[in-house]
Amino acid sequence: MTKPINQRAWFLVLPVLILVAFSAVIPLMTVVNYAFQDSFGNNEFFWVGFEWFEEILRSERVHDALGRQILFTLIILVIEIPLGVFVALHMPRKSGTWTSICLVLLALPLLIPWNVVGTIWQIFGRVDIGLLGYILSSLGFDYNYTQDSFDAWVTIIIMDVWHWTSLVVLLSYAGLRSIPDAYYQAAKIDQASRWSIFRHIELPKMKNVLLIAILLRFMDSFMIYTEPFVVTGGGPGNATTFLSIDLVKMAIGQFDLGPAAAFSIIYFLVILLVCWVFYTVMMNTGKVDG
Amino acid sequence: MDLAWMAWTTPTAIFFSLIALMLIGMTVWAIIKPQAPRRGILRIETTPGDRLFISLLGSAFICLLWLSLFGSPLWWALVFCACFMVSVFKWV
Repeated sequence: MTKPINQRAWFLVLPVLILVAFSAVIPLMTVVNYAFQDSFGNNEFFWVGFEWFEEILRSERVHDALGRQILFTLIILVIEIPLGVFVALHMPRKSGTWTSICLVLLALPLLIPWNVVGTIWQIFGRVDIGLLGYILSSLGFDYNYTQDSFDAWVTIIIMDVWHWTSLVVLLSYAGLRSIPDAYYQAAKIDQASRWSIFRHIELPKMKNVLLIAILLRFMDSFMIYTEPFVVTGGGPGNATTFLSIDLVKMAIGQFDLGPAAAFSIIYFLVILLVCWVFYTVMMNTGKVDG
Repeated sequence: MDLAWMAWTTPTAIFFSLIALMLIGMTVWAIIKPQAPRRGILRIETTPGDRLFISLLGSAFICLLWLSLFGSPLWWALVFCACFMVSVFKWV
Protein backbone atom coordinates (compact mmCIF):
# COMPACT_ATOMS: atom_id res chain seq x y z
CA MET A 1 0.00 0.00 0.00
CA THR A 2 1.51 3.34 -1.04
CA LYS A 3 1.41 6.27 1.37
CA PRO A 4 -1.21 8.91 0.45
CA ILE A 5 0.32 12.13 -0.88
CA ASN A 6 -0.42 15.28 1.10
CA GLN A 7 -1.17 17.93 -1.51
CA ARG A 8 -1.27 20.85 0.96
CA ALA A 9 2.30 21.85 0.04
CA TRP A 10 0.90 23.16 -3.24
CA PHE A 11 -0.40 26.21 -1.34
CA LEU A 12 3.24 27.29 -0.96
CA VAL A 13 3.45 27.85 -4.73
CA LEU A 14 0.52 30.29 -4.72
CA PRO A 15 2.75 33.36 -5.37
CA VAL A 16 4.15 31.67 -8.48
CA LEU A 17 0.63 30.71 -9.55
CA ILE A 18 -0.44 34.35 -9.34
CA LEU A 19 2.54 35.36 -11.47
CA VAL A 20 1.80 32.62 -14.01
CA ALA A 21 -1.86 33.69 -14.03
CA PHE A 22 -0.87 37.12 -15.27
CA SER A 23 1.80 36.00 -17.71
CA ALA A 24 0.14 32.88 -19.15
CA VAL A 25 -3.36 32.02 -17.96
CA ILE A 26 -5.03 35.38 -18.65
CA PRO A 27 -3.54 35.63 -22.18
CA LEU A 28 -4.57 31.99 -22.78
CA MET A 29 -8.13 32.73 -21.66
CA THR A 30 -8.19 35.72 -24.02
CA VAL A 31 -7.04 33.51 -26.89
CA VAL A 32 -9.83 31.03 -26.08
CA ASN A 33 -12.35 33.91 -26.10
CA TYR A 34 -11.03 35.13 -29.46
CA ALA A 35 -11.23 31.61 -30.93
CA PHE A 36 -15.02 31.62 -30.71
CA GLN A 37 -15.58 35.08 -32.14
CA ASP A 38 -14.99 37.20 -35.20
CA SER A 39 -13.63 40.70 -34.93
CA PHE A 40 -13.39 43.63 -37.31
CA GLY A 41 -11.34 45.72 -34.89
CA ASN A 42 -12.53 48.38 -32.42
CA ASN A 43 -13.00 45.69 -29.77
CA GLU A 44 -16.22 44.53 -31.44
CA PHE A 45 -16.70 40.76 -31.43
CA PHE A 46 -19.33 38.43 -32.91
CA TRP A 47 -19.97 34.91 -31.69
CA VAL A 48 -19.20 32.25 -34.36
CA GLY A 49 -19.10 29.06 -32.28
CA PHE A 50 -16.72 26.36 -33.50
CA GLU A 51 -16.46 27.75 -37.04
CA TRP A 52 -12.77 28.73 -36.75
CA PHE A 53 -11.82 25.36 -35.29
CA GLU A 54 -13.55 23.54 -38.15
CA GLU A 55 -11.85 25.83 -40.67
CA ILE A 56 -8.39 25.29 -39.18
CA LEU A 57 -8.81 21.53 -38.74
CA ARG A 58 -9.84 21.17 -42.40
CA SER A 59 -7.40 23.75 -43.80
CA GLU A 60 -4.93 22.36 -46.33
CA ARG A 61 -2.59 25.24 -45.59
CA VAL A 62 -2.43 24.26 -41.90
CA HIS A 63 -2.07 20.55 -42.77
CA ASP A 64 0.89 21.39 -45.03
CA ALA A 65 2.52 23.55 -42.35
CA LEU A 66 2.00 20.76 -39.80
CA GLY A 67 3.57 18.22 -42.20
CA ARG A 68 6.60 20.47 -42.72
CA GLN A 69 6.84 21.04 -38.97
CA ILE A 70 6.77 17.33 -38.13
CA LEU A 71 9.33 16.57 -40.86
CA PHE A 72 11.62 19.36 -39.63
CA THR A 73 11.38 18.24 -35.99
CA LEU A 74 12.04 14.59 -36.91
CA ILE A 75 15.09 15.50 -39.03
CA ILE A 76 16.43 17.72 -36.24
CA LEU A 77 16.00 15.01 -33.61
CA VAL A 78 17.48 12.28 -35.83
CA ILE A 79 20.59 14.40 -36.49
CA GLU A 80 21.13 16.27 -33.23
CA ILE A 81 20.60 13.52 -30.66
CA PRO A 82 23.04 10.91 -32.10
CA LEU A 83 25.53 13.64 -33.08
CA GLY A 84 25.37 15.16 -29.60
CA VAL A 85 25.93 11.78 -27.95
CA PHE A 86 28.79 11.01 -30.38
CA VAL A 87 30.56 14.30 -29.59
CA ALA A 88 30.02 13.86 -25.83
CA LEU A 89 31.50 10.35 -25.99
CA HIS A 90 34.65 11.72 -27.62
CA MET A 91 35.21 14.53 -25.16
CA PRO A 92 37.89 14.11 -22.48
CA ARG A 93 36.42 12.27 -19.51
CA LYS A 94 38.76 13.85 -16.95
CA SER A 95 38.66 17.55 -15.99
CA GLY A 96 41.42 19.61 -17.55
CA THR A 97 42.24 22.51 -19.82
CA TRP A 98 41.00 20.75 -22.96
CA THR A 99 37.71 19.88 -21.31
CA SER A 100 37.18 23.51 -20.29
CA ILE A 101 38.06 24.74 -23.79
CA CYS A 102 35.67 22.19 -25.36
CA LEU A 103 32.85 23.19 -22.99
CA VAL A 104 33.28 26.92 -23.63
CA LEU A 105 33.42 26.41 -27.40
CA LEU A 106 30.33 24.22 -27.28
CA ALA A 107 28.42 26.71 -25.16
CA LEU A 108 29.10 29.61 -27.55
CA PRO A 109 26.30 28.93 -30.10
CA LEU A 110 23.82 28.60 -27.21
CA LEU A 111 24.61 32.13 -26.05
CA ILE A 112 23.76 33.77 -29.37
CA PRO A 113 20.22 35.19 -29.65
CA TRP A 114 17.94 33.50 -32.19
CA ASN A 115 17.58 36.48 -34.51
CA VAL A 116 21.36 36.94 -34.59
CA VAL A 117 21.79 33.25 -35.47
CA GLY A 118 19.32 33.74 -38.32
CA THR A 119 21.13 36.84 -39.55
CA ILE A 120 24.53 35.12 -39.37
CA TRP A 121 23.29 32.21 -41.51
CA GLN A 122 21.33 34.44 -43.85
CA ILE A 123 24.55 36.25 -44.75
CA PHE A 124 26.74 33.11 -44.49
CA GLY A 125 24.60 31.32 -47.07
CA ARG A 126 24.36 34.14 -49.61
CA VAL A 127 26.05 33.36 -52.91
CA ASP A 128 27.29 36.94 -53.48
CA ILE A 129 28.72 37.89 -50.07
CA GLY A 130 28.42 34.78 -47.83
CA LEU A 131 31.33 32.40 -47.27
CA LEU A 132 29.23 29.23 -47.43
CA GLY A 133 27.26 30.28 -50.50
CA TYR A 134 30.38 31.52 -52.28
CA ILE A 135 32.40 28.35 -51.59
CA LEU A 136 29.52 26.06 -52.63
CA SER A 137 28.95 27.93 -55.88
CA SER A 138 32.73 28.04 -56.54
CA LEU A 139 32.79 24.25 -56.15
CA GLY A 140 30.13 24.02 -58.86
CA PHE A 141 27.07 23.42 -56.68
CA ASP A 142 23.91 25.15 -57.84
CA TYR A 143 23.20 26.48 -54.33
CA ASN A 144 20.75 29.29 -53.65
CA TYR A 145 18.59 29.08 -50.55
CA THR A 146 16.41 32.01 -51.62
CA GLN A 147 15.20 30.24 -54.77
CA ASP A 148 15.52 26.51 -54.16
CA SER A 149 13.33 24.78 -51.53
CA PHE A 150 15.82 21.96 -50.95
CA ASP A 151 18.68 24.43 -50.39
CA ALA A 152 16.51 26.43 -48.00
CA TRP A 153 15.72 23.29 -45.98
CA VAL A 154 19.37 22.21 -45.90
CA THR A 155 20.45 25.68 -44.73
CA ILE A 156 17.86 25.81 -41.95
CA ILE A 157 18.63 22.29 -40.78
CA ILE A 158 22.41 22.90 -40.71
CA MET A 159 21.78 26.18 -38.88
CA ASP A 160 19.67 24.46 -36.23
CA VAL A 161 22.20 21.63 -35.87
CA TRP A 162 24.97 24.22 -35.42
CA HIS A 163 22.91 26.16 -32.90
CA TRP A 164 21.49 23.38 -30.73
CA THR A 165 23.62 20.22 -30.94
CA SER A 166 25.78 21.75 -28.19
CA LEU A 167 22.85 21.50 -25.79
CA VAL A 168 22.59 17.75 -26.41
CA VAL A 169 26.38 17.42 -26.05
CA LEU A 170 26.43 19.27 -22.73
CA LEU A 171 23.52 17.25 -21.33
CA SER A 172 25.00 13.95 -22.53
CA TYR A 173 28.40 14.91 -21.18
CA ALA A 174 26.86 15.68 -17.78
CA GLY A 175 25.24 12.22 -17.88
CA LEU A 176 28.54 10.57 -18.81
CA ARG A 177 30.46 12.37 -16.07
CA SER A 178 28.06 11.00 -13.47
CA ILE A 179 29.07 7.39 -14.23
CA PRO A 180 31.46 6.14 -11.51
CA ASP A 181 34.86 4.84 -12.68
CA ALA A 182 34.10 1.46 -11.08
CA TYR A 183 31.73 0.68 -13.97
CA TYR A 184 34.48 1.22 -16.54
CA GLN A 185 36.95 -0.81 -14.45
CA ALA A 186 34.47 -3.70 -14.25
CA ALA A 187 33.95 -3.49 -18.02
CA LYS A 188 37.74 -3.55 -18.55
CA ILE A 189 38.08 -6.68 -16.37
CA ASP A 190 35.31 -8.32 -18.42
CA GLN A 191 37.10 -7.22 -21.62
CA ALA A 192 33.93 -5.58 -22.83
CA SER A 193 34.04 -4.02 -26.29
CA ARG A 194 33.58 -0.27 -26.82
CA TRP A 195 30.07 -0.94 -28.16
CA SER A 196 29.17 -3.08 -25.11
CA ILE A 197 30.36 -0.32 -22.76
CA PHE A 198 28.19 2.18 -24.61
CA ARG A 199 25.18 -0.13 -24.86
CA HIS A 200 25.20 -1.50 -21.30
CA ILE A 201 26.83 1.23 -19.20
CA GLU A 202 26.79 4.64 -20.86
CA LEU A 203 23.44 4.58 -22.63
CA PRO A 204 21.39 3.41 -19.60
CA LYS A 205 23.11 6.00 -17.41
CA MET A 206 22.43 8.73 -19.97
CA LYS A 207 18.80 7.73 -20.47
CA ASN A 208 17.30 10.41 -18.24
CA VAL A 209 19.36 13.30 -19.56
CA LEU A 210 18.74 12.11 -23.12
CA LEU A 211 14.99 12.17 -22.49
CA ILE A 212 15.33 15.75 -21.24
CA ALA A 213 17.43 16.58 -24.32
CA ILE A 214 14.81 15.05 -26.64
CA LEU A 215 12.00 16.88 -24.83
CA LEU A 216 13.80 20.23 -25.01
CA ARG A 217 14.79 19.79 -28.65
CA PHE A 218 11.32 18.59 -29.59
CA MET A 219 9.59 21.56 -27.95
CA ASP A 220 12.02 24.08 -29.32
CA SER A 221 12.09 22.74 -32.87
CA PHE A 222 8.31 22.30 -32.91
CA MET A 223 7.86 25.95 -31.96
CA ILE A 224 10.73 27.31 -34.07
CA TYR A 225 10.02 30.75 -35.50
CA THR A 226 12.79 33.33 -35.45
CA GLU A 227 15.67 31.56 -37.22
CA PRO A 228 13.78 30.32 -40.33
CA PHE A 229 11.81 33.57 -40.45
CA VAL A 230 15.01 35.62 -40.54
CA VAL A 231 16.78 33.32 -43.03
CA THR A 232 14.03 32.50 -45.52
CA GLY A 233 10.90 34.35 -44.34
CA GLY A 234 9.04 31.04 -44.81
CA GLY A 235 10.04 30.74 -48.48
CA PRO A 236 10.79 30.11 -51.24
CA GLY A 237 7.03 29.98 -51.72
CA ASN A 238 5.83 28.26 -48.55
CA ALA A 239 8.67 25.70 -48.47
CA THR A 240 9.87 26.63 -44.98
CA THR A 241 6.62 27.99 -43.57
CA PHE A 242 6.39 26.11 -40.30
CA LEU A 243 3.44 26.22 -37.92
CA SER A 244 4.54 29.28 -35.95
CA ILE A 245 5.41 31.25 -39.09
CA ASP A 246 2.03 30.37 -40.59
CA LEU A 247 0.32 31.33 -37.32
CA VAL A 248 2.00 34.74 -37.20
CA LYS A 249 1.13 35.35 -40.88
CA MET A 250 -2.50 34.56 -40.08
CA ALA A 251 -2.68 36.60 -36.86
CA ILE A 252 -0.60 39.65 -37.71
CA GLY A 253 -0.25 39.56 -41.50
CA GLN A 254 -3.90 38.89 -42.32
CA PHE A 255 -5.31 40.07 -38.96
CA ASP A 256 -7.51 36.94 -38.83
CA LEU A 257 -7.59 36.91 -35.03
CA GLY A 258 -10.32 34.29 -34.67
CA PRO A 259 -8.79 31.56 -36.89
CA ALA A 260 -5.33 32.38 -35.51
CA ALA A 261 -6.63 31.96 -31.95
CA ALA A 262 -8.19 28.58 -32.84
CA PHE A 263 -4.91 27.60 -34.54
CA SER A 264 -2.97 28.64 -31.39
CA ILE A 265 -5.16 26.49 -29.15
CA ILE A 266 -4.75 23.40 -31.34
CA TYR A 267 -1.00 24.03 -31.55
CA PHE A 268 -0.84 24.43 -27.76
CA LEU A 269 -2.80 21.21 -27.18
CA VAL A 270 -0.47 19.21 -29.46
CA ILE A 271 2.61 20.50 -27.61
CA LEU A 272 0.94 19.91 -24.24
CA LEU A 273 0.15 16.31 -25.21
CA VAL A 274 3.68 15.53 -26.38
CA CYS A 275 5.22 17.21 -23.31
CA TRP A 276 2.93 15.23 -21.03
CA VAL A 277 3.97 11.98 -22.74
CA PHE A 278 7.67 12.86 -22.35
CA TYR A 279 7.18 13.99 -18.74
CA THR A 280 5.31 10.79 -17.87
CA VAL A 281 8.00 8.66 -19.50
CA MET A 282 10.73 10.56 -17.61
CA MET A 283 8.99 10.31 -14.25
CA ASN A 284 8.22 6.63 -14.68
CA THR A 285 11.55 5.51 -16.12
CA GLY A 286 13.21 3.00 -13.89
CA LYS A 287 10.20 2.55 -11.59
CA VAL A 288 9.47 -1.10 -10.96
CA ASP A 289 5.89 -2.27 -11.41
CA GLY A 290 4.19 -2.58 -8.02
CA MET B 1 -12.12 46.90 -14.04
CA ASP B 2 -12.72 46.95 -17.78
CA LEU B 3 -12.25 43.48 -19.23
CA ALA B 4 -13.60 44.29 -22.71
CA TRP B 5 -10.18 43.57 -24.25
CA MET B 6 -10.49 39.95 -23.10
CA ALA B 7 -13.65 39.60 -25.22
CA TRP B 8 -15.52 37.49 -22.64
CA THR B 9 -18.66 35.61 -23.68
CA THR B 10 -21.10 33.69 -21.50
CA PRO B 11 -20.20 30.22 -22.91
CA THR B 12 -16.43 30.72 -22.49
CA ALA B 13 -16.98 32.16 -18.98
CA ILE B 14 -19.05 29.08 -18.07
CA PHE B 15 -16.34 26.82 -19.56
CA PHE B 16 -13.55 28.41 -17.48
CA SER B 17 -15.74 28.52 -14.36
CA LEU B 18 -16.39 24.78 -14.71
CA ILE B 19 -12.65 24.08 -15.01
CA ALA B 20 -11.93 26.30 -11.99
CA LEU B 21 -14.69 24.54 -10.02
CA MET B 22 -13.24 21.15 -10.95
CA LEU B 23 -9.77 22.22 -9.77
CA ILE B 24 -11.15 23.64 -6.51
CA GLY B 25 -13.27 20.53 -5.99
CA MET B 26 -10.31 18.23 -6.60
CA THR B 27 -8.13 20.29 -4.20
CA VAL B 28 -10.77 20.13 -1.45
CA TRP B 29 -11.20 16.39 -2.10
CA ALA B 30 -7.42 15.85 -1.85
CA ILE B 31 -7.30 17.78 1.46
CA ILE B 32 -10.28 15.99 3.00
CA LYS B 33 -9.36 12.56 1.76
CA PRO B 34 -5.73 12.28 0.57
CA GLN B 35 -5.36 9.46 -1.92
CA ALA B 36 -2.42 7.27 -2.76
CA PRO B 37 -1.17 7.26 -6.35
CA ARG B 38 -2.13 4.07 -8.17
CA ARG B 39 -1.16 2.18 -11.29
CA GLY B 40 -3.88 1.53 -13.82
CA ILE B 41 -4.01 0.17 -17.35
CA LEU B 42 -1.40 2.67 -18.58
CA ARG B 43 1.06 1.21 -16.00
CA ILE B 44 1.96 4.70 -14.80
CA GLU B 45 1.45 6.13 -11.32
CA THR B 46 -1.44 8.60 -11.29
CA THR B 47 -3.00 10.80 -8.62
CA PRO B 48 -6.61 12.04 -9.00
CA GLY B 49 -5.14 15.33 -10.28
CA ASP B 50 -3.23 13.47 -13.00
CA ARG B 51 -6.40 11.65 -13.97
CA LEU B 52 -8.28 14.95 -14.23
CA PHE B 53 -5.51 16.33 -16.45
CA ILE B 54 -5.58 13.22 -18.69
CA SER B 55 -9.39 13.44 -18.87
CA LEU B 56 -9.39 17.13 -19.85
CA LEU B 57 -6.59 16.77 -22.40
CA GLY B 58 -8.15 13.63 -23.89
CA SER B 59 -11.57 15.34 -24.02
CA ALA B 60 -10.06 18.28 -25.89
CA PHE B 61 -8.68 15.90 -28.53
CA ILE B 62 -11.99 13.98 -28.75
CA CYS B 63 -13.76 17.30 -29.46
CA LEU B 64 -11.15 18.31 -32.06
CA LEU B 65 -11.44 14.92 -33.78
CA TRP B 66 -15.23 15.24 -33.80
CA LEU B 67 -15.05 18.75 -35.26
CA SER B 68 -12.68 17.67 -38.02
CA LEU B 69 -14.79 14.62 -38.92
CA PHE B 70 -18.39 15.74 -38.38
CA GLY B 71 -18.32 19.45 -37.47
CA SER B 72 -20.51 21.07 -34.83
CA PRO B 73 -22.63 20.58 -32.72
CA LEU B 74 -20.54 18.70 -30.20
CA TRP B 75 -23.26 17.03 -28.10
CA TRP B 76 -22.29 13.50 -29.08
CA ALA B 77 -18.62 14.34 -28.63
CA LEU B 78 -19.45 15.51 -25.09
CA VAL B 79 -21.10 12.15 -24.40
CA PHE B 80 -17.88 10.43 -25.53
CA CYS B 81 -15.86 12.85 -23.37
CA ALA B 82 -17.98 12.00 -20.31
CA CYS B 83 -17.48 8.25 -20.97
CA PHE B 84 -13.75 8.89 -21.44
CA MET B 85 -13.52 10.80 -18.14
CA VAL B 86 -15.34 8.08 -16.23
CA SER B 87 -13.07 5.43 -17.79
CA VAL B 88 -9.92 7.39 -16.93
CA PHE B 89 -10.99 7.85 -13.30
CA LYS B 90 -11.95 4.18 -13.04
CA TRP B 91 -9.14 2.40 -14.86
CA VAL B 92 -6.13 4.68 -15.46
